[in-house]
Amino acid sequence: MLALLVLGPIAALLLLNLPWRNVPRWALNASVLSLAFAELFVAVSLPALLSGAGLPLLDQLHFGLVADDLTRIMLAAIGLVLGAATLVGQDSISGDRKHRLFCSLLLVSLTGMNATVLLSDFFSMYVFLEVTAVASFILIAQDRALLAIEGAFRYLILSAVAAVFMLAACGLLVLSAGGTSFDAVRAALSSGTEHGVLARVALGVFVLGMFIKGGVVPFHGWLPGAYGSAPSAVSVLLSGIVTKVSGIYALVRIVHSVYVPDAKLSMVLLVLGTVSILVGAIAALGQTDMKRMLAYSSISQVGYIVLALGAGGELGVVAASFHLFNHAIFKSLLFVVAAAIESRAGTSELSRLGGIGGKMPVTGATATLGMLSAAGIPPFAGFFSKLLIIVALFKSDHTYFAVVAVLASLLTLGYFLSMQRQAFFGKPAEGLEDVTEATSGFLVPALVLATITVFAGVLFPFLLDSSFSFLLLSKSLPW
Amino acid sequence: MSDLLENHIVDVIVLGTLVLSAVWAVLSPRLLRAVIGLAVASCCVTIALFRLDSPLAGVFELSVCAGLISAVFISTISLSQLETEESIAGASKERIRRYWYLPPLLVLVGIAVFQIRLVDFPEVARVGKDVRQVLWTERHLDLLGQVTVLLAGAFGVVVLFKENKKHER
Repeated sequence: MLALLVLGPIAALLLLNLPWRNVPRWALNASVLSLAFAELFVAVSLPALLSGAGLPLLDQLHFGLVADDLTRIMLAAIGLVLGAATLVGQDSISGDRKHRLFCSLLLVSLTGMNATVLLSDFFSMYVFLEVTAVASFILIAQDRALLAIEGAFRYLILSAVAAVFMLAACGLLVLSAGGTSFDAVRAALSSGTEHGVLARVALGVFVLGMFIKGGVVPFHGWLPGAYGSAPSAVSVLLSGIVTKVSGIYALVRIVHSVYVPDAKLSMVLLVLGTVSILVGAIAALGQTDMKRMLAYSSISQVGYIVLALGAGGELGVVAASFHLFNHAIFKSLLFVVAAAIESRAGTSELSRLGGIGGKMPVTGATATLGMLSAAGIPPFAGFFSKLLIIVALFKSDHTYFAVVAVLASLLTLGYFLSMQRQAFFGKPAEGLEDVTEATSGFLVPALVLATITVFAGVLFPFLLDSSFSFLLLSKSLPW
Repeated sequence: MSDLLENHIVDVIVLGTLVLSAVWAVLSPRLLRAVIGLAVASCCVTIALFRLDSPLAGVFELSVCAGLISAVFISTISLSQLETEESIAGASKERIRRYWYLPPLLVLVGIAVFQIRLVDFPEVARVGKDVRQVLWTERHLDLLGQVTVLLAGAFGVVVLFKENKKHER
């Protein structure tokens, strides 16, 4: 059954690219959106689906796909962000041919991301991370603007370096664990022999590759250029989910299912997370372009996820997973807002914006919700995930890191308030007098994502009380 | 150290040539020479793979990396614009200035690897299955992934290059 999540996008990709004379835009959008809904459906009803009878033909395939509650969180996030990117693409990508290629590449990317979150093997994970990466390079550069090509090239080069690390790690894992499956690696790590030491080194090398792909400081050089110069719809996809799946998800998965970090490794994660939070937040303060500011904000928020993993324990993993989901939602929302503003004002330079909140009230309101959630203001979802992270840090006696995390939230609030003031408040800037509200392609995803941000926050205590399976990873299905 | 060298003299020569050709590929001011350096490096990897008892991987490396990719590079170079002697000399100086540390760094890494004697690491049990059997019967998903990467590459060519031609006309 799970194989359909990988085969479905490939089948849709082939179907849409048969030599039809013309595939209308609505058909392209409908096919990608239906797959996005399928992701959400699977995320919600996974246990029921897995307990039902499988399809005999699919059972012949040795895909080795497995799923647990962490997978469900990721599938839900992938579905939501993919839907948002598709709708933004509908209104922001001109030309039928270009739009068709955009949808095709979204499907390639979806194949890679779905397989990555369903896998329990490091080598297969490497293969599908490359699938997602190749689609991303092309998506970033698809407008062939000089900055976009530069952004894609930087991403390509650093991604190649990450791939070398991951491939080398797979080789070392075969040498030390006799295979690359999670089970084999877990067994080698707990063996207490020299093989265990080599497996630990290999895992470290693999994680290094993940850090590069996830844009964790000091490997973040490619990220602002790629996010800032990519077409708007692609920025939504990249910032919302691609880098999360490519980098941070794998780290959460390793800590959750393969190797619980010891004290030294936890300290490395804590330090890297803190540096990422601070560098991202301070750099965001100095940005003059909305998309670049959001890109640096992503680096900072990813730091919180790494920090939560460094805190260790089940609470740390739950906090990291919840913040991963929240970050996917509020960052996609903010990039949708940036795309909406760019489509109307023709720029995302903050100095050339101003007073746009009055002209685009729905966009302005959803932007405020996203920013408040990102800054960790109650009662939005971002507040609860940051609260969980801070509680996890206190519980693991990492008080100093908890204090830094709280103070860094003030920095986040600072740069977002500055963005709000420059872009949305005051009198309309010159040339923006005739700007009107964005089209439905921007407003629908913005409203949906804002609603999720609000409800996931307001209902959070009830969700936790009612054993909402997304958040209680101890109730995971067996790997 | 000297015993190690005696027992692995062929490996040392192969790895030494590999390093030199790789450095040559990076530092060479002319693309064609860089491609030749890359092809030689690939041949060295092929020999290493044969010596490590992985003939299939060796054949792949030789045919795809040393053969096919070199052919693609050479065809591309033949289609690209030729540079002047001055610009080539300038690029050469600039490259040496930028990457002067690369050869000594590689030598140092090589010495470090020999010093920590990674080669003496405990041997793992050999996997009894043939690589073809593993690939075709147990790793269907990886094959699908590779096909998808090729598909993505094809889309890349269409997205990034096809319309360019139209514009040029």
